[in-house]
Amino acid sequence: MMTSTLLVASIIKILVIVGFLFNVAGLLTWVDRRQSAMIQDRVGPNRAVIKIGKFELRVFGLLHTAADGVKFFFKEDFMPPKADKLLFSLAPILVMVPVLALAAVIPMADTLCLKQIHMTAMVNGAEQSWWPAAERVGTCTTDSVEGAVSPLNVGILYVFAMAGQGIVGAGIAGWSSDNKFSLMGALRAASQMVSYEVAIGLSLVGAMMTYGTVRLDDMVRWQGENAWGIFVQPLAFFLFFVSAVAESKRIPFDLPEAESELVSGYFTEYSGMKFGMFYFAEYMEIVTSSMLVVVVFLGGWQLPFLHRDGLTIAISDVVLVETVKMSHLLVTIIGVVTFFGKTLAICFIQAFVRWSLPRFRYDQLMRLGWRVLLPAALANIFITGLVLLAIQDAGPSVQGALKTAADVTQGIVAILLASLALRGVVFAFSSRKIEHVLVGSAAAMSNARGGTKDAPMGA
Amino acid sequence: MQAFPKKPASPTNATPVEYTEKNLTTQSYLPEIFKGLGVSMKHFFANTRDMVKGQRPDPVLERYSAGVSTISYPEQKRPYPERFRGVHRLTHRDDGSPRCVACLCCSTACPAQCIFIEAGEYPEGDKRRGYERFPVRFVIDELRCIFCGYCVEACPCDAIRMDTGVHAVPYDSRDQFIYDKTALMGFTGRDGGHVTQNPRHEPGEAGHPGVDREHGH
Repeated sequence: MMTSTLLVASIIKILVIVGFLFNVAGLLTWVDRRQSAMIQDRVGPNRAVIKIGKFELRVFGLLHTAADGVKFFFKEDFMPPKADKLLFSLAPILVMVPVLALAAVIPMADTLCLKQIHMTAMVNGAEQSWWPAAERVGTCTTDSVEGAVSPLNVGILYVFAMAGQGIVGAGIAGWSSDNKFSLMGALRAASQMVSYEVAIGLSLVGAMMTYGTVRLDDMVRWQGENAWGIFVQPLAFFLFFVSAVAESKRIPFDLPEAESELVSGYFTEYSGMKFGMFYFAEYMEIVTSSMLVVVVFLGGWQLPFLHRDGLTIAISDVVLVETVKMSHLLVTIIGVVTFFGKTLAICFIQAFVRWSLPRFRYDQLMRLGWRVLLPAALANIFITGLVLLAIQDAGPSVQGALKTAADVTQGIVAILLASLALRGVVFAFSSRKIEHVLVGSAAAMSNARGGTKDAPMGA
Repeated sequence: MQAFPKKPASPTNATPVEYTEKNLTTQSYLPEIFKGLGVSMKHFFANTRDMVKGQRPDPVLERYSAGVSTISYPEQKRPYPERFRGVHRLTHRDDGSPRCVACLCCSTACPAQCIFIEAGEYPEGDKRRGYERFPVRFVIDELRCIFCGYCVEACPCDAIRMDTGVHAVPYDSRDQFIYDKTALMGFTGRDGGHVTQNPRHEPGEAGHPGVDREHGH
């Protein structure tokens, strides 16, 4: 095995995932602003502009994100006089690093077998080259590039460990700030994250039992061969999603920040780029939690009926479409795009949650965590265990029925995706009913000038 | 379902609030959460489509329609109503001099006392001398002005008007808000002209009442 090839592959993977993480986190600040504006019937920020002569560049308000970054760097880096200087500076790093480290184990695509990408051979005396398809099941043992930066065998346990580190940063930030609001925020952050950490862990136990592995890429492979996690573990999906939103400390779980009570919670005293790191870590946490949801419950890089060797539409033994062989590289690239697309969709839904729901009270938050999510997760584990035992003991007919059901879920996903796309197209070409109402002399004058849009106010 | 059925009927004619029964569906909040997400999505997608296609409803003419009805202020401006009281102007006579005869009615009527007029006599031999005076200085402090319009009501000559359609403009310093005669005569009405539709007869013209100190009525 060529180590230099591995090194290059690792660097590329790191660049892809870290680049995705940073760029999407930056974009999410824009999405948050413009999406909330669209939800609330506003225009949203669009004033940041680069002027070159008469040419104005606005790009839908995207430049506000850039302006934010510039502002963070040029603002005074204030530190309260009695703050603990070392811990105060350490806290933003402690918040940011685990989120980045977590992304290391996320599998972006199926294992890429270098030897199978491109082949050349002598056929009838002439040299021919082609891009072959891979085997449907199994991966190569040598010359392989894993989909994750670091495909750990402990996979999901590492994820728990890293996700739990966020508490440390938040706690230290609040404690070192020498501010009671910060301290209150830190206390809330610590207790909230500890509570929901439990629910996250236990909700994933059911998924681990079903998949029979803690390796994230094996989880995705299981989902590709059978059904997506959202179908086999719907309750766990729901619990995990709720807990993940709670972990990222955003509305409806933004008690640690709590503008109305605690100024800005545990990072009240931070300014400049240190604040920027907290702010950015929050958005990156959204991305990583979305990635986890995708990997564990939404089939990671898998698309319905798209296998490692190409497209095969088959329900149980009934083959509807024969295998359309696709080259190994193409399937891998489709997988990467699929994974990132799914991640973006979940980020998008998280933003909708943030802009739709009101905040919990603190006692409601704790009650939800300990008295609803935790028992539900335990019940999920119990039921999963029972069902798994029952399936083990059941005969081949039950196994066959389950396999058919799994294939049907793949079909359901495909139909859902297609209908969503169709609906989107129909929606894009429809237009809303607009009522033209003239009330008052202002409207009459506006009407005479052909509308408010281009009308100067007039002399 | 009434939550407090034992409560006596209200003596007022207010409508009692309908309370929802507490059950698993309402207490889990889930149906309402999904409904709320649905509403958010409906607004988001419809508004995004309209923004992309440039079909936002007109904020004044189509204000009762759903959608983004923001007026992007410096680029788009709401047309003010016809009788909107904007910044004052001094109307002109045909020869370009102010119609004002410096009678001080407006400054007397002004509740904010923002109008200062220094009256002057026409020189000896001018045909207006003896009939009327003219403002040597006519100053309005737009910061003191409360835009009540009493000056316009008080003016017997239709010399001061608030029909410029210009709202009070922000400036850097206070002295920029003090408009003198030249500035006030520089504004035009909404029709773009400096005169008014009301007729004005100069001394000697037919229709002029010809009242002066010697002749009286």
